[in-house]
Amino acid sequence: MGWFGFGHRRSGSRAKERLQLVLIHDRTDLTSEELSVLKDEILQVIARHVDFESDAVQISVEHDGRSQRLVADIPLRSVTRRRAE
Amino acid sequence: MTAQVITLSSGKGGVGKTTAVANIAVALATEGVKVVCIDGDIGLRNLDVVLGLENRIVYDIVDVIEGRCKLRQAMIRDKHLPELHLIPAAQTRDKTAVSPSDMVRICNELRPDHDFILIDSPAGIERGFRNAIAPADRVFVVTNPEVSAVRDADRVIGILEAEEKRGPALIINRVNPILVKQNDMLSAEDVLDLLGIPVIGIVPEDQTVIVSSNHGTPVALDPRSRAGQAFRNIAKRLRGQEVPFMGMEKQGGLWDRLQKMTGRR
Repeated sequence: MGWFGFGHRRSGSRAKERLQLVLIHDRTDLTSEELSVLKDEILQVIARHVDFESDAVQISVEHDGRSQRLVADIPLRSVTRRRAE
Repeated sequence: MTAQVITLSSGKGGVGKTTAVANIAVALATEGVKVVCIDGDIGLRNLDVVLGLENRIVYDIVDVIEGRCKLRQAMIRDKHLPELHLIPAAQTRDKTAVSPSDMVRICNELRPDHDFILIDSPAGIERGFRNAIAPADRVFVVTNPEVSAVRDADRVIGILEAEEKRGPALIINRVNPILVKQNDMLSAEDVLDLLGIPVIGIVPEDQTVIVSSNHGTPVALDPRSRAGQAFRNIAKRLRGQEVPFMGMEKQGGLWDRLQKMTGRR
């Protein structure tokens, strides 16, 4: 939906979404393939130490003004639930 | 008096840098402010025709650098605006005829006698661009609400950050309010969101810009032109006045947001 809230999905919104992705790549020099390798490696390391809900994992690059950050949301499984299984 | 040096840059060509330089300069000069414009596009000079001064060029910036004339001799005074001068680019040379330190030296010589020095940067991010930003106290990045122009503007902003150039600001040129309203064009807020630097001007798309450049009289001189008004507003903001962004008041949060962003510089 557009910024003006008309409910139509027109090309302006598409332009913004495409630019968001392109700018992240341009600014970080990280391709989407490299990002997906990075995510896999991060999760492998975490899996060595704790159990997590692999279906609910979210790792993405977000931008705030001129800075980018890698944001990871990895819900952990509780020990008690693991024992119960 | 010591002039502030402002370079207008964009990365992408054809977004309206030269038009913006000419109009901001004219708007400042009509308020009695002493302005010099420097055409930084060696080999592809255009600021002279946009200002209507093409028939009066005797010497150019390369003649100054190579010692064939004094700086004063290369400064063309506008017929109607005595406070406005142009230093034209050389047409038969290329950008290697100028170095960043040449630009710094010329600007330092001009600073004591002027209020503003506006430099029209060539497109691209190579030598000509480096020359144009070398003496700049501030850089205004001109862009259009269009994917390729915004992407190139982001590259330029990245280079300015790396060069530790302070206080870059955006001029969003050729905004079409009808297309924005039907969400078929990036809005000024979208561009602001993507690029993350303050805005100094939002200029609507306006046919009078083409007509006026045909005549060699910048739109800032036309009191009825919307684009002319937007450029006059940029000149006022440069002089420290708070001027609302045109036609943005009704669009809710954008107005406040822009105020906040411009205040941050």
